[in-house]
Amino acid sequence: MNILTNPNKLRGFEKHIKVENVSRRSILKSLGLAGGFVLAAPVMMRPSFAYETGAGKMPHGVVVDPRVFVSIAPDGIVTIVAHRSEMGTGVRTSLPLIVAEELEADWSRVRIQQAHGDEVKFGNQDTDGSRSTRHYLIPMRQIGASARTMLEQAAAKRWGVPASEVKAVHHEVVHSASGRKLGFGELAADAAKQSVPSIEGLKLKNPKDFRYLGKGEIGIVDLHDITTGAAHYGADVRLPGMKYAVIARPPVTGGKLVSFDGAEAMKVSGVEKVMEVKGWPWPSKFQPLGGVAVIARNTGAAIKGCNALKVTWDDGANAKYDSVAYRAELEAAARKPGLVVRKEGDAEAALKSADKVIVGEYYLPHFAHASMEPPVAVANVKGDKAEVWAPVQSPGGTREDVAKTLGIPEENVTVNVTLLGGGFGRKSKCDFALEAVLLSKELGVPVKVQWTREDDVRHDFLHTVSVERIEAGLDKNGKVIAWRHRSVAPSIASTFAAGTVHQAPFELGMGLIDNPFEIANMQCENPEAAAHTRIGWFRSVSNIPRAFAVQSMVAEIAHATNRDPKDMLLELIGSPRIVNLSSVKDPWNYGEPYDSYPIDTARLRKVVEVVADKGGWGRSVPKGHGLGIAVHRSFVSYIATIVEVAVDDKGKLTVPRVDTAIDCGTYVNPERIQSQIEGAAIMGMSLAKYGEITFKDGKVQQGNFDDYPVLRIDESPGITNVYIVPPATPDTPPSGVGEPGVPPFAPALINAIFAATGKRIRAMPIGKQLEA
Amino acid sequence: MVKLKINGQERNWDGDPDLPLLWFIRDEVGLTGTKFGCGQALCGSCTVIMDKQAVRACITSVSDAAGREVTTIEGLHPTGDHPVQKAWRQVNVPQCGYCQAGQIMQAAALLMDNPKPSHDQIRESLSGNICRCGCYQRIENAVHLASTGV
Repeated sequence: MNILTNPNKLRGFEKHIKVENVSRRSILKSLGLAGGFVLAAPVMMRPSFAYETGAGKMPHGVVVDPRVFVSIAPDGIVTIVAHRSEMGTGVRTSLPLIVAEELEADWSRVRIQQAHGDEVKFGNQDTDGSRSTRHYLIPMRQIGASARTMLEQAAAKRWGVPASEVKAVHHEVVHSASGRKLGFGELAADAAKQSVPSIEGLKLKNPKDFRYLGKGEIGIVDLHDITTGAAHYGADVRLPGMKYAVIARPPVTGGKLVSFDGAEAMKVSGVEKVMEVKGWPWPSKFQPLGGVAVIARNTGAAIKGCNALKVTWDDGANAKYDSVAYRAELEAAARKPGLVVRKEGDAEAALKSADKVIVGEYYLPHFAHASMEPPVAVANVKGDKAEVWAPVQSPGGTREDVAKTLGIPEENVTVNVTLLGGGFGRKSKCDFALEAVLLSKELGVPVKVQWTREDDVRHDFLHTVSVERIEAGLDKNGKVIAWRHRSVAPSIASTFAAGTVHQAPFELGMGLIDNPFEIANMQCENPEAAAHTRIGWFRSVSNIPRAFAVQSMVAEIAHATNRDPKDMLLELIGSPRIVNLSSVKDPWNYGEPYDSYPIDTARLRKVVEVVADKGGWGRSVPKGHGLGIAVHRSFVSYIATIVEVAVDDKGKLTVPRVDTAIDCGTYVNPERIQSQIEGAAIMGMSLAKYGEITFKDGKVQQGNFDDYPVLRIDESPGITNVYIVPPATPDTPPSGVGEPGVPPFAPALINAIFAATGKRIRAMPIGKQLEA
Repeated sequence: MVKLKINGQERNWDGDPDLPLLWFIRDEVGLTGTKFGCGQALCGSCTVIMDKQAVRACITSVSDAAGREVTTIEGLHPTGDHPVQKAWRQVNVPQCGYCQAGQIMQAAALLMDNPKPSHDQIRESLSGNICRCGCYQRIENAVHLASTGV
């Protein structure tokens, strides 16, 4: 059975893998402000704007109702609900800022309230797929405009003048003819009695009048708290009577507990109990892996107790998973034909008749997310009610899964969303929260489950491992006439459905079947690969291996034909056009309608040209330095990067400068876009330099930052310059920011290394390859 | 019974003397600004200042801190206006923010020792503090700003 062919077997959100929108999972307390807007039944939204997005197709769609998202107290304080999870992108600031903009609220009098997991009330809350601004720019504007209209109507009524004569301006409603003014607080009670205006009739602000949007002058709402230690993450939740749990899990994915001896653990000072945690059979979706929990009065005691456990495991079906052997398997598969997922012309024949064929085979290993905050959750289960506090990217999905795991109605589950100490896709999977509810249920007290770093690295939902093999056929003039790209990697769908051997449309759509190159004979194939561990979404997902392969290949062809890599890139992208994907059976487009978000090679060319211009492509660099360039469209945004490297005679790699151009359409907060791109360079360099999780005898061989290093400040790029390409029109749809910065970084770096040293790296990580 | 001072306040511990200071601070005292990241002094998220020196609370035992003066992020400045904290806000350093308390404590300790660190000294001093979001460029700029007056 396969997730792709039998969607009925899947839970609600998982169906959306099939449907098209990959959701990485798939109460509000009464705002309680007297005189404010009151909570009421949500109104489902019908988009009505210049463009459509895939937002409505997400689980529970979009809710546009000012009564759900906005409340105004008599003192004028405006409270706006943030219904997405904050993991560092700035979304807890940016989406409410959109509401405030349209509401004409003064940001200094706005407070943010984090929504509980409740998608019936708030609409989809899955904070993943780089889609928050993309899906919510217009709904948030409509919510703000709606509330503003209600305030204006209330003022007009009070003054007995037509609503058309009054206007909300900076936290007041003004009747300029008479010079009268009323503050938002004074109008709140009356405004709440107005009917919610229809979306179709709303008048949105003219973008030229924006006070906040597009400016980047507003700091994130948690900035002060973060700098004083007052910001609350999942691990910072403390409840009276709470116990601390650390869990020993099966070292091999799919393994299970045979027996345990907790006697030594019980001798540790502070340890109170040792108990089994229920596990689910492989493939276990987001359910816990099971194991043995040590319950203690503090985390330190629980860790010490856990280290003293004696456990016997049954390693199960994945006990032979070995990364060296698996790589050979993937390579063998990539050298044979596989399932054809895109075909134009006849690549086979064109390769045979080509004057020259260039072959590149690229390997990218597993990565662990290693967010700075390891998974952690607090649960308090009492009878048939459960309350959870957790750093989850999927508040609604977590609520569903908690309800299902405990066998209680969803209404009985409250999921409080804390700040996330990083997410990167890991915290879209709520297994850690489910462990906490299982333990709390059994113990009858609140329980915090804390994962150690080793737990995090060894029991992650890893980034897939892949071999990407590209064959390019050139005619006598060096023109590329054939392109065959085989991508072999275990699929994320394998975490949900046994027997999965092909990648899902959402993975194929990340840089394989959406290849934008103008080549007459194009073929993409997906040979089979079975998974032997939990595979999950990692920031930018399959785009990482694909951009690495495709953009390395471009530079390889440029070298082979003695051309400038940037010119080669532009030649392959070809004419400015909308790419026609009619030969692709399931052309996944990040869940977005192709009309709104087509592959537009004019935009792709533009970011290449902008970065080349601003980043000084072709500038002369000192000996041992080199420049590399790469471009990639992902999450419906266009990003090009130039990396300058320096490699000394001992092979030590440094990056003096990075330049990145991003076209993400209409944008909200350029300052946070810049920070995301700066961070993407660090993450891209981390994975290129060090990123590798390996298996032997089914077990992960790494555990902490000593054997799974990530980039540190002393090796980080000297400077990362970010150029945001302005949207073509005010109606250009917004597109992703959180993820798309990552994919082009590694190939730009690798191409720069080649320019500096003549060494072509085709297997990640770089590791010691430059030292040889 | 171990006695120590945390943010100027006397604290006693009669449990396991080997308990890492991190868990004493977080779970027993209830000051949660100091974060857990690795447990092996590899990431710096748990950095506190002990008698004017930055230490990793995850490998410092409570008994190591006996009789010592420990400052956590909560005690760095009464209103959160230490020059490093102010610089951090001015430069908009954080993304997720989880590692920032450790970064700030490390930077504060650096400036106590070396009020005008060079580019390389900043990078070296903070190389034990991992930021997975990748705020390094801004961290460096903020430390520089703090050292030149905010």
